[in-house]
Amino acid sequence: MAKIIIPTPLRKFAQNNSTFEAAGKTVKEAVADLINAHSDIGKHILDDDKNIRSFIRIYVGEDDINSLKKEETEVTADTVISIVPAIAGGSI
Amino acid sequence: MFKELQIAKEAVDVSYDDSVKSFPNECCGFLYGTENGEDRFISKAVPVVNSKEGDQKRRFEISPFEYMKAEQYALANDLTLLGVYHSHPNHPAIASVHDHAKAMPYFSYVIVSVMDGEVDDIKSWRLTDDGSKMFEEPVLIVRKLKIEG
Repeated sequence: MAKIIIPTPLRKFAQNNSTFEAAGKTVKEAVADLINAHSDIGKHILDDDKNIRSFIRIYVGEDDINSLKKEETEVTADTVISIVPAIAGGSI
Repeated sequence: MFKELQIAKEAVDVSYDDSVKSFPNECCGFLYGTENGEDRFISKAVPVVNSKEGDQKRRFEISPFEYMKAEQYALANDLTLLGVYHSHPNHPAIASVHDHAKAMPYFSYVIVSVMDGEVDDIKSWRLTDDGSKMFEEPVLIVRKLKIEG
């Protein structure tokens, strides 16, 4: 099963787990498995249309899925999926 | 509302040095440490490139790739990524509307104010549970961990 690294800010929505062993053959299926197990995290990753939120990036290994097959990117038992929130700010 | 945030002096010094060197641009970096109940202790600060395109005098961004590596580093080193620091050149260490708009839950957002090239203040902020505002988290700079059992 692929391993999903849950970003620290969202771990409280996944029973404070830092990782999740996800079933599925694609990123889409793996993320769905995570949300199925921890429903509270879903709204922070997907929008109302079930698309990945604009401020969330997903990596497979060190590759952004936007440079691969996006949510249809295949995953295997050795795959590490990272869910990455945007971090930004500024003084004004 | 939030218990005081303990930050190791060496981590504070890293953020101060980065803030001064980056002036008049904003700098940013990761904050690692540990938690025990409501006690939060930052032991390590690591600068990261401000990847904001355009005006960095009042904006910072951390690249997704760097963030991904930071979370992996925390897991590999039995640490927790507790937040980020950034500087406010010639602005107070107060979370701005933009800081609030971009804030993630759980994280400590440490802000270093740099006035005319010199560190003026340090404050930390956290997003309230309902996301409605940034609440100041008292900062305690320590040389030794003080966690009550």
